[in-house]
Amino acid sequence: MDNIAGSKSSLGWAVNITVLVIVVLWLIPTVGLFVSSFRDRDQISVSGWWQAPFAVDLTFRSRAASEPVQQDGLWIYEGNLFAEDAALAQTFGEGSGEITAFGNRGTQPAAYVAGEEVDLGDGETLLVNSDGTYRFTAAEEPRRPPTVYFEAETPPEFTLDNYRTVLTADNMDLAFINTLTVTIPATVIPILIAAFAAYSLAWMDFPGRGLLIAAVVGLLVVPLQLALVPMLRLHNAIGIGQSFLGIWLAHTAFGMPLAIYLLRNYMVGLPRDIIESAKVDGATDFQVFTKIILPLSFPALAAFAIFQFLWTWNDLLVAKVFLPSDDASKVMTVKIADDLLGSRGGDWGILATAAFVSIAVPLIVFFTMQRYLVRGLLAGSVK
Amino acid sequence: MSSVEIENVHKIFGTTHVIRDVSIDVPDGSFVVLVGPSGCGKSTLLRMIAGLEEISAGEIKIGARVINEVQPKHRNIAMVFQNYALYPHMTVAENMGFSLRLARHSKDEIATKVRDAAQILGLSNYLERFPRELSGGQRQRVAMGRAIVRDPEVFLFDEPLSNLDAKLRVQMRAELKEIHGRLKTTTIYVTHDQIEAMTMADKIVVMRDGVVEQLGDPLTLYDRPVNMFVAGFIGSPSINFVGGRIARTDGAAKFLSHSGVRWQVDPRVAEVAGGTPVTYGIRPEHFALATDGESGTLPAVVVTVEPTGAETHVVADIGEDRITAVLRERVSARPGEKIHLRPDPAQAHLFESESTLRIQPSGEAH
Repeated sequence: MDNIAGSKSSLGWAVNITVLVIVVLWLIPTVGLFVSSFRDRDQISVSGWWQAPFAVDLTFRSRAASEPVQQDGLWIYEGNLFAEDAALAQTFGEGSGEITAFGNRGTQPAAYVAGEEVDLGDGETLLVNSDGTYRFTAAEEPRRPPTVYFEAETPPEFTLDNYRTVLTADNMDLAFINTLTVTIPATVIPILIAAFAAYSLAWMDFPGRGLLIAAVVGLLVVPLQLALVPMLRLHNAIGIGQSFLGIWLAHTAFGMPLAIYLLRNYMVGLPRDIIESAKVDGATDFQVFTKIILPLSFPALAAFAIFQFLWTWNDLLVAKVFLPSDDASKVMTVKIADDLLGSRGGDWGILATAAFVSIAVPLIVFFTMQRYLVRGLLAGSVK
Repeated sequence: MSSVEIENVHKIFGTTHVIRDVSIDVPDGSFVVLVGPSGCGKSTLLRMIAGLEEISAGEIKIGARVINEVQPKHRNIAMVFQNYALYPHMTVAENMGFSLRLARHSKDEIATKVRDAAQILGLSNYLERFPRELSGGQRQRVAMGRAIVRDPEVFLFDEPLSNLDAKLRVQMRAELKEIHGRLKTTTIYVTHDQIEAMTMADKIVVMRDGVVEQLGDPLTLYDRPVNMFVAGFIGSPSINFVGGRIARTDGAAKFLSHSGVRWQVDPRVAEVAGGTPVTYGIRPEHFALATDGESGTLPAVVVTVEPTGAETHVVADIGEDRITAVLRERVSARPGEKIHLRPDPAQAHLFESESTLRIQPSGEAH
């Protein structure tokens, strides 16, 4: 038996490494999103989040602010590019930037190496040193001050501005509240109903029970899109219309088959003797349910709660269909999709931040309840 | 406390007739054991008494009340299940007090009753523990405690000891019997273990295929089984059966086995037996070791010898029939050796081979 024990221990580290790899792989997108959410939009578009701690080469534009000096028949502009522009001065500090290349056209901002004097034609020359000092000469008086493009190493920049923007964006706080308003009842209501249904389908004898169970299983495979139009029509017809009540009912209906199926399968695996014992002890069906079945089904209830919470939190489709489109009832997914993606499609920093804000709560829910999720599912399937 | 009367009860599941016309009378305060091989319907019958299965036909009375249509919780019974069926999320005290809590007894009353029951069962130090923190025997006691606190009219036990190891089973058997002696509550106990049945019962009900084969006190069943099934079921090691017929030679009736061996029989039995094929039944403990030449001895070829210390189990062939003998003496014979055994004809039974019924000796009281 030595060889078995040996192979087991050698498998042990293999398993550990595999698990580690999976965990890291699984975490990478989240970490990337998290890092990106603190970065500047320009830095995001130039380098990946894993390069966030390093300086990046960004291109800038500066225009001479000083008056030209006439000397030897030449018009000369001199000064420091960093100092010429207030925004640049703030980004780089006083003369601390390092220019690697420069150019005089926006299409080729890094055409020439810093420190080299370039003949631009028409009697114009340009020299930009790496410390930012420049010298521009022209044979004739220029109509306007020259524009200089340059590439400089920018120190890594982390900022909370994205969070400030997202969290204080128009009605983002309201969208967060709206999401909770949708999610919490849409998680609790199906559990309440499904737990009762699951108990009766598992442990109460009545005619047609098998057919009902088959119907529930059948409904599991029906795509919810099929029900969008008829349900909305129904809601309109009975006066609920597009409202929070409507979306609660919709989420309840869509979550019910899985809820009943999961809970029933778990409950049916509870030992029959315990339930019979409770009945002999004098419990009614309701007491059996509340005092025995519910406490013992906690893992399955938690598992389903997590599922339903995550799915309703992330849902966009049902929210789009069943909630009014006015700004006051937008949930976060809709807000991100419509307002942030629609109006600031290129603003990666804002997008990353909004995405991270919206997954923060599910992450907390998942990490606090994941042990129930895992145990609940195993307990339901193995027993 | 109450008597339980089971009158002409049937149970039909779909097309299978699980229990056929069973009538059992359980007197007040008695300890009745339902015993039989698995699938004989004994557990179903118990569950019908508990109200966990419907009664297809017939009547069950507890005291004077017909309880066919009464809900389990109104039957005033307590049941102990094979796998204890403890509520895993409750402490021992909560487990034991659960039924009282449902019946809305006051907290003090529940605490007192639970403490008393725990005292009886030796669970006083474990009241705050959870079932998962207890050993098998302790869990079994909690299950019994749950039954005891209710002070029910009837205790129902469904193979309560079968999950315990052999040593604990013997110990719990004695404790159960002692508790019954103290509480004197009418008890119906289901087991497939005939030793449990013999040691604990006031009255044993042997069942097979949903029918009561015999009903009586343990020693009656042992001494006077009505048929080959009961004879074979009661007793360990089980009784030996030898097929053959009664032959009269020299005026004396003897049992002639198929392989031609002549066994002595009680003349009072031989008198009743006709010429039909009969089966000779003799319990292993009714053989004695003999020396060659004594009258009434039979030559046997040893197959195996199993010394248990107190006695020796010898498996041997007499003619072509393999028998087991339990001998007081220590036997040194080796397999293949020839020994002589003397069956005690007074203790032997004859059964009609066809009907398997025991042939009653003339003059034996019913």
